[in-house]
Amino acid sequence: MSHRPAAGRVTSAKIVIAGGFGVGKTTLVGSVSEITPLTTEAIMTSAGVGVDDNRQVPGKMTTTVAMDFGRISIDRDLILYLFGTPGQTRFWFMWDELVRGAIGAVVMVDTRRLADCFAAIDFFEHRRLPYLVAINCFDGMQYHNAQDVRDALAISSDVPVVSCDARNRESTKNVLISLVEYVLTMRRTRAVAPA
Amino acid sequence: MPERDEPTGALVRPYAVTRGRTRPKLEIALEALVETTVRGRSGIRGGQGGSEHQYIAAMCDGGRVQSLAEIAARMQLPLGVARVIVADMATDGLVAVYEPTSLDDETDAVGTELLERVLSGLRRL
Repeated sequence: MSHRPAAGRVTSAKIVIAGGFGVGKTTLVGSVSEITPLTTEAIMTSAGVGVDDNRQVPGKMTTTVAMDFGRISIDRDLILYLFGTPGQTRFWFMWDELVRGAIGAVVMVDTRRLADCFAAIDFFEHRRLPYLVAINCFDGMQYHNAQDVRDALAISSDVPVVSCDARNRESTKNVLISLVEYVLTMRRTRAVAPA
Repeated sequence: MPERDEPTGALVRPYAVTRGRTRPKLEIALEALVETTVRGRSGIRGGQGGSEHQYIAAMCDGGRVQSLAEIAARMQLPLGVARVIVADMATDGLVAVYEPTSLDDETDAVGTELLERVLSGLRRL
């Protein structure tokens, strides 16, 4: 049952992991990654944040945006990357690059601080990037049920809302599987009935 | 060497290794994979190119493909700097860059096949 690509070309894919500060993005990445999560940094002049061309801006004030990421070798020729979004949502220039070509996004939610994920949901909806909501259960506690969270976030009924324990490899795996299944279902539906 | 302890926040310092160039010769995605070519390998043995080139060529050699993001992280270079260097190396034929498969066209069978491979791979983990 091995899936060999026709051309035998190596390729990669990525999934974006979003959510508020301290919600467990790096923990989730680390629980399935085959490497210890790495951090990559992008620098931007602060005057140029949100502006595509910063050549006219003198390099005085600069901002560093850090993203943690992990890697899963799906098979010899296909590597999946999991990228955590920068903690501060004002760094939209980096989000553009993160979502470009992504399979979809996992929006992690801490039900004690639900509002922390609003900006991410708005962004993905605006970019039409498929996402699911993963309620991270700290210490095994889930403070609200999935329906409450769905209502509070006012998201469409087809967006999956799942619970997870970001520290647990199986649990994280299941979140990623749910996301890819959801994206595949959406694709098949649209392939049959194009908008 | 007190300057080594200075913060690397200034734009000019990170881009010193690219001689001030901030525009890459090629656009390379964050997750694009980089692999050293035969030419790149002989370049390392011959000691050609700057130390960054040699480091990247060694890192992505022997079937160990690495993404642009990994190269930047492991070299502790800002992403933009790593992108300029890798684009230079690709232009010189020292590395091959494999761009990710596009998922933009939702009716495209190649994208759907890729997602199916990701799904079965995740289930096998």
